[in-house]
Amino acid sequence: MKQEYIITVFSEDQIGLLSRITIIFTRRKINIDSLTVSASAIPGIFKFTIVIRETPDRVQKVVGQLEKVVDVMKAYYNTNEEMICQEIALYKVPIEELFESDKIEQIVRNSGARILEITREYVVIEKTGHTHETQQLFDELNVFGVTQFNRSGRVAITRSSIEKLSEFLKERDALLEQVD
Amino acid sequence: MATQRVSGSQAVILSLLEEGVDTIFGYPGGAIMPIYDALYDFDQQVTHYLTRHEQGAIHAAEGYANVTGRAGVCFATSGPGATNLITGLADAQIDSIPLVCITGQVASPLLGTDAFQESDVISITLPVTKWNFQVTNAEEIPEAIAKAFHIATTGRPGPVLLDISKDAQFGLFDFEYKKCTKIRSYLPEYPVDPFQVKAAADIINEAKKPIVLFGHGVILAHAEEELKEFVEKTGIPAAWTLLGLSSLPSDHPLNVGMLGMHGNYGPNIKTNEADVVIAIGMRFDDRVTGKVAAYARQAKIIHLEIDPAEINKIIKADVPVLGNAKKSLRMLIGNVNQNSHEAWVQEFRDCDTIEYEKVISHDIHPKKVGLTMGEVIRIASEKTNNDAILVTDVGQHQMIASRYFKFNHSRSNVTSGGLGTMGYALPASMGAKIGKPDRVVFAVAGDGGFQMTIQELGTIAQYNLDIKIIVLNNNFLGMVRQWQQLFFEKRYSFTEMKNPDFVGIAKAYGLASQKVTSRDQLEDAVQAMLDHKGPFVLEVVVEKEDNVFPMIPTGASISDILLEP
Repeated sequence: MKQEYIITVFSEDQIGLLSRITIIFTRRKINIDSLTVSASAIPGIFKFTIVIRETPDRVQKVVGQLEKVVDVMKAYYNTNEEMICQEIALYKVPIEELFESDKIEQIVRNSGARILEITREYVVIEKTGHTHETQQLFDELNVFGVTQFNRSGRVAITRSSIEKLSEFLKERDALLEQVD
Repeated sequence: MATQRVSGSQAVILSLLEEGVDTIFGYPGGAIMPIYDALYDFDQQVTHYLTRHEQGAIHAAEGYANVTGRAGVCFATSGPGATNLITGLADAQIDSIPLVCITGQVASPLLGTDAFQESDVISITLPVTKWNFQVTNAEEIPEAIAKAFHIATTGRPGPVLLDISKDAQFGLFDFEYKKCTKIRSYLPEYPVDPFQVKAAADIINEAKKPIVLFGHGVILAHAEEELKEFVEKTGIPAAWTLLGLSSLPSDHPLNVGMLGMHGNYGPNIKTNEADVVIAIGMRFDDRVTGKVAAYARQAKIIHLEIDPAEINKIIKADVPVLGNAKKSLRMLIGNVNQNSHEAWVQEFRDCDTIEYEKVISHDIHPKKVGLTMGEVIRIASEKTNNDAILVTDVGQHQMIASRYFKFNHSRSNVTSGGLGTMGYALPASMGAKIGKPDRVVFAVAGDGGFQMTIQELGTIAQYNLDIKIIVLNNNFLGMVRQWQQLFFEKRYSFTEMKNPDFVGIAKAYGLASQKVTSRDQLEDAVQAMLDHKGPFVLEVVVEKEDNVFPMIPTGASISDILLEP
């Protein structure tokens, strides 16, 4: 059964590494639903957060292939339940709609969104949450016509108290010593 | 270490020297000219072989790496020079061949401008390299080359590519070389886990019908002695994959033959009767397993493997033993009991008898008029006392040669296994001969594959490379024709070939050659080829529509291996 997985890849900061990572998915015809690249808590180490829908077997094999990449230190995969994750979405709505009724204001309040900017022409609303929440707000606002919409890739951190990678790096150092 | 001020190009050569490189295969062009200019001053330390095509250079580097166990090095220019390397990179990637390829690139300010002979080599080669890197600054060169050799040759080996811009080749800097021994993000191999070894040994000690399946990993890990010691101590029959061939002598009493689609009858059907399968340095390729759902279901699987991604990739391992095969086997030998499985081994011999009567005798001692590929291979092997290096192309002759050529020494079988690259044999044999000049090297190709890289006869002639080239000519793309016969109702769609006069072509290159069309000429012709000092092209016209058997049809279980159509 396919389900959503969040793959976290920790790597060195290298030009071209993004391509080397994404071709692993392309080769197996796996669609990347969302991709976020950022610094990790450890200086010099980058973190890719990749969301795919796959079977447990396939996701496991993909992670194995990711770890073969020379500049990749470690890759993990988790289900959504195992991680705390968020996405951010921005919505642009024409200003008249805001003035004509209080409905937009109500929607914004009820959804825990906030207004980022108001101009003569439009209002920009920001909402942070899970995909279905930002999507729900889109559907509600789109009744009034959303003229621009953008949702970020997923950002996610584990529920464990430390970054698993720190432990991994310690073990890796020991292993590198041993192999010599 | 004292530093010296050098150009990037000189640094490339100095770095290669630091890595012990004395042989380079390549082809110059605009964007790599500064490196070739630097090379001109080092002719005492490095021999460069000018091939006739970049594909020839990279296959030669593969052949060299195969027989020597060292990284093969090849040079090409930017654009088309670099793209001509792709097939060789893909071949080396899938067969785990250590290569360091250096390509010239347009000057860095021109990157991305569609400059003359610019191609995005880094992006193009991503899926077919273990690692690649673009150098745009001369100072990066020593470190990049040091990293390239470390990555190419350690762990599961593979090809790496460095793309060096022309301005980096001209740049001056203070050269200092430091070998790379460690990369934080890269663990070449896991230390062998003694608990896994113990678990494997416990299963092996209880096994009634165990079988060893060994592959290229044994050769790559230099574990031939350990393999031999392991099978001798345990008395377990051992079968090989195409790339495992030659790591255990052919005449070893526990060597039970070849696995897979055109492998031997015994090891294929017995894999599905074994209670324990010990896979060593092999990756359960689909040509080995046939239908995976019907593969060794009854057996406990022990998998000795260096690459974690190979564990459970195709066949689930009951006991994975991660690590270098030499170390794993050494530890395993210490944990297994002395044993023998005479009755079980006899079952393989009984299968051999059946296969000999139904297939082998007709292949190597044919009674019919037309020549067979099998008899040519048998004679070539016999006349060199099974001491030669065999380089094969891809197709029917490759399967026949792998089945019937015999080996006394490891690293003597050079072939394109995973990628199945037609045109591989001729250029790869050049690297093999250069790597092992004292050995007899046969290049065996079909008429199709021979013509894919036939221009390398020019290289062979220029450097007088003493290669014994055997062209098994059936005027067909034989393997495709065989499948058309068996699975496409004999609809021979574009497989018949009108060939040139191969002897005439050899002569035009100044090479000795002979054409054989009947059995009474064959032995003498092979002998004449071997007696001749220097390269020789022997064309043998073989039966037009012979087939390779046994055969496991695609999608069938290995138990359903066919001995005849």
